[in-house]
Amino acid sequence: MSTARTRLAGVTGHRLFWPLVVLVVLLAANTVYRPSFLSVELKNGHLYGSLIDILRLSAPLILVALGMSLVIATGGIDLSVGSVAAVCGAIACLYISEQPDQNSLGGVLTAVAIAFGIALLLGAWNGILVAGIGIQPIIATLILMVAGRGLAQLVTSGQIITINSEPYKTIGVGHLLTLPFAIIIALAVTLVVALLTRRTALGMIIEAVGGNAEASRLAGVRSRRITFLVYVVSAACAAVAGFMMTANVSSADGNAVGLWVELDAILAVVIGGTSLVGGRFYLSGTIVGALIIQTLTTSVYAMNIDPQTALLFKAVVVIAVCLIQAPAFRARFRRRQAPGVPPAAPVEKQKEQVPA
Amino acid sequence: MSQRHPVLTMTAISKIFPGVRALNGVDFRLFPGEVHALMGENGAGKSTLIKVLTGVYSTDAGTITLDGQQVSFAGPMQATAAGVSTVYQEVNLLPNLSVAENIFIGREPRRLGSVNWREMRRRAKELLARIDLHIDVTELLGSYSLAVQQMVAIARAVDVNARVLILDEPTSSLDADEVAQLMRIMRQLRDDGIAIVFVTHFLDQVYGIADRITVLRNGRLVGEYPTAELPQIALVEKMIGKELDALERLDSETDRDRAAIAAGEPFVAADGLGRTGSVAPFSLTIHAGEVVGLAGLLGSGRTEVARLFFGADRADQGRLAVDGAPATIRNPVAAIDRGVAFCSENRRTEGLVGELSVRENIILAMQAARGWLRPVPRRKQDELVERYIKALSIRPANPDMPVRNLSGGNQQKVLLARWLITEPRLLILDEPTRGIDIGAKTEIQRLVAQLSDGGMAVLFISAELEEVLRLSHKVVVMRDRRLVAQLDNDDTLDADRVMRAIASGAEQEGLEKV
Amino acid sequence: MTTTPLAARGPRAWWRVPQRQVPVLATLALLLVMYGIGVSQYRAFSNIQVVFNIFIDNGFLLVVAVGMTFVILTGGIDLSVGSVVAMTAMVSASLLGDGVHPALVLLIALLIGPTLGFAMGCVIHFFDIQPFIVTLAGMFFARGMCTWISSTSIPITDGFWTSAAQERIRIGENFVTVSVLVALAVVAVAAYTLAYTRLGRNVYAIGGNQQSALLMGLPVGRTKIAVYTISGLCSAIGGILLSFYTLSGAPLIAVGMELDTIAAVVIGGTLLTGGSGYVFGTLLGVLVLGVIQTLITFDGSLSSWWTKIVIGGLLFAFILLQRLVGIRKK
Repeated sequence: MSTARTRLAGVTGHRLFWPLVVLVVLLAANTVYRPSFLSVELKNGHLYGSLIDILRLSAPLILVALGMSLVIATGGIDLSVGSVAAVCGAIACLYISEQPDQNSLGGVLTAVAIAFGIALLLGAWNGILVAGIGIQPIIATLILMVAGRGLAQLVTSGQIITINSEPYKTIGVGHLLTLPFAIIIALAVTLVVALLTRRTALGMIIEAVGGNAEASRLAGVRSRRITFLVYVVSAACAAVAGFMMTANVSSADGNAVGLWVELDAILAVVIGGTSLVGGRFYLSGTIVGALIIQTLTTSVYAMNIDPQTALLFKAVVVIAVCLIQAPAFRARFRRRQAPGVPPAAPVEKQKEQVPA
Repeated sequence: MSQRHPVLTMTAISKIFPGVRALNGVDFRLFPGEVHALMGENGAGKSTLIKVLTGVYSTDAGTITLDGQQVSFAGPMQATAAGVSTVYQEVNLLPNLSVAENIFIGREPRRLGSVNWREMRRRAKELLARIDLHIDVTELLGSYSLAVQQMVAIARAVDVNARVLILDEPTSSLDADEVAQLMRIMRQLRDDGIAIVFVTHFLDQVYGIADRITVLRNGRLVGEYPTAELPQIALVEKMIGKELDALERLDSETDRDRAAIAAGEPFVAADGLGRTGSVAPFSLTIHAGEVVGLAGLLGSGRTEVARLFFGADRADQGRLAVDGAPATIRNPVAAIDRGVAFCSENRRTEGLVGELSVRENIILAMQAARGWLRPVPRRKQDELVERYIKALSIRPANPDMPVRNLSGGNQQKVLLARWLITEPRLLILDEPTRGIDIGAKTEIQRLVAQLSDGGMAVLFISAELEEVLRLSHKVVVMRDRRLVAQLDNDDTLDADRVMRAIASGAEQEGLEKV
Repeated sequence: MTTTPLAARGPRAWWRVPQRQVPVLATLALLLVMYGIGVSQYRAFSNIQVVFNIFIDNGFLLVVAVGMTFVILTGGIDLSVGSVVAMTAMVSASLLGDGVHPALVLLIALLIGPTLGFAMGCVIHFFDIQPFIVTLAGMFFARGMCTWISSTSIPITDGFWTSAAQERIRIGENFVTVSVLVALAVVAVAAYTLAYTRLGRNVYAIGGNQQSALLMGLPVGRTKIAVYTISGLCSAIGGILLSFYTLSGAPLIAVGMELDTIAAVVIGGTLLTGGSGYVFGTLLGVLVLGVIQTLITFDGSLSSWWTKIVIGGLLFAFILLQRLVGIRKK
């Protein structure tokens, strides 16, 4: 019996337990509301269904959140991902729109390559500010968050660039092997990031830097390089997400692409169990977090609630998840459960004022 | 003086932390108008005693009376309100506010509800003039030296009506002039009837100002002495103590032929190496297979020497040679490249990554040296980690347990294992046996002997003289941030001689003066 | 008594600018240079009304930025301000549309922001969760409330509101609006609070070193909750001013305003890590943003997005300046 209990405790204590419960509850609520929710059908060799839609729509967020996980694991934060996505999407679309044949695969690949290169530069800029000059990450990336929006509009000249390019469109809405291409890209990037961090020693070294920067330095870790690298990776992920978002609608709006995606990404990372202080990161948790956010948005759509109102639910989820994870909140909760621990010296409290 | 009533009495104070008895029935008395030095090595219980007094910790046993009334503070704020103020080494003031405000914040003079700046400035100036400090009180506190900041902190404490002033290592980062100034203020306050508890590691300062000395060791009271009746050598002896544990002698160690070891080219040679404000220039050589013991009191510069060898701090004077060739070691990476390893005394903040597993912590240095692109293969990891868990008997023997869940001794072994798998040529151990149980201590000592037998150079830092004497071929003595003696560990060297060197610096009797 | 060698490090030459005022003076210089460029390039720029218009167009931003200054001075951040501004405007518009008395509407509108701010402050203090996350949740919540109230813009036709919006207060040949006076009053009250009350000084103390402030016996928790409440109040006032300005409540108005306010505060010389800065600096910061916009409008050939790029550049310059000043201190 006790082993059953410990096993149960092991399950509920697992960091993915609560996020998965939330995800299941969301899916269940949708199914109750609309029984056809769970059905997936094959049409013209493509899979269709609400679940597939959720996966497809969450792809950009998953990408951004993956990069964000690494940045947060080093104890940093990257606010500029939304702007980077907008800049890269805009550059790719601009280049394609200037091609004589927008459908040429070569042109699209060049466009994507150029935009990706720019993303690496933007990531390097963040990395230099944080790792090189030593500016606080939240401030350093705020600069690009603000200026990046302007750059994106500069690229599009304030217009919405509309393109008509089948190869580019594929990134957002195409299919491959019955699955939406976006899902495959997200899977591929997830795999790459997972391999990059877990098959090499990068993941462990990132966690060491985020967990204890000084100890890592004294163990011979070149922590500056690592910090620099994660901002570049984050920008690269954001760029791919930017391609996806613009390809989805075959147009680039410097103002709207990736708006607030940084907040959703940070949220996904935190829901996934990675601490904002840095240290251990969980890519699987991040993906569950991103799926929760997208499912929430999709359900709200499906239930005919205004999408903006979804923010209300999001607020509730953020606070709930953060409270569950906050040590101070847990301590309070536990104290209430275990009356054996006396509150700290209540009698002495009155004397606390310092005489003026 | 003792006819008067003590302002503060602590009786039979005990404090137990999980697994450690930090204070064991300690008594402490403090009279008005005295400077009372509280002395003891690391882990002696000084800071615990002060934290119990100021209410940071609660007592597990014992009573505190202030002016004849039993008290128990819930926190430093309450203690301050009752007249017990503390000034810490790392000044706890607000560098972004003016000097005047730092003295008066929380109790600013007000007129019609708004802060009366002019009055505040006037009173601040007056107050500082009383301790002979003439500075612009409108300037930011952060723009002044640490010494001035400390004096401002003292001024604030005194003005909040302190009768007991605790100065916790106030002089650690001050230069000689500043120390003199601080001492003058302390004397003045003492003459005004304030009772001062002075925590420091500098013996000169204790003998320069303290009226009485209380010595703690291993959480117990060693005794309370009038300064005049306690010679320096006796004080050092009381602080360090004789090793009481009947540990087996590692005779194989001391038997080896020192001449043979010292004959060859040294592995590292420091020539006038130093760092301003940290450690005075020193020269020191370490040979392969040699154990160099670094003795001295806490704060004497032991750790600073180690950090210079490892590149944790950058030397700004002198030269370093490795294998006879000049070498610059700017950072730990460069040191590790040359085969230097360093186990810091602060395991938690400078050693281990608590969140990571035992395995990851052991692998970390080796992995960092290889670069992240070339991970240590899992099989090799398993093999190394298994081997060292067994060799050092790390408990629990679970490589995947977060290292913060291990006991201090086992954490120390994990840190050792991290460096041993890199097969260093020089291993620097900073207080490797501090705060760990006897069993683990003996194991670590035996390991050091084995390693040096195998040809590794070891720089061994410890506050325990017995340990240093047992293991080292050469004992280097530090005092007040300078290297004062290098003693060959031959049959004539004993704890007394080393203590004398610690107490009074380099002396006659043929000691090699540096 | 002669000065001791220790004290000799303190005194400064009469011409040396106190270090803590360097960033503010840099902002002032920047503002004057930009204004000078405007006057030299465009004849109409020298009209005083241009300056007044900057105030009129940015009155609500100024009020919100003042609230943000309090939060940033403690080393925190408040991402919810833009949404709270929008929510306040929405609630006002919606209640007025339902025929509620304007005085009551004003009261309710002014209470919402501080209440939310108080709640966020409590969560931040008692549960020790980063301000960034808590105010992010607050931002989502307030923005969600906006669309929950109405998904479309609600016009305001109430007499009090329209008169407040259209009232022009003449100053010589030129005029300002009620909003400008309200905004300046808020600046004055805030400046007084920060400089002359214990609350204000505690705000600086916490930003300097929270641990020390606690040890010195200052009411850290109360002050932290207070600054988020103040920021909420300022957002509420800003929301009302915005509803005067637009005479409507729209669910998507003031999106991204938190960035503008943070930028204004930083450009105004307040350290994002807390503990140093002035409301006056924030005023200058808002004016810098206003002048940039005006310059770009006057130019005609430059597009609006240059505003963001320039703001980003200025942010970079000022953060770098702060670091240099900080390094010199050590």
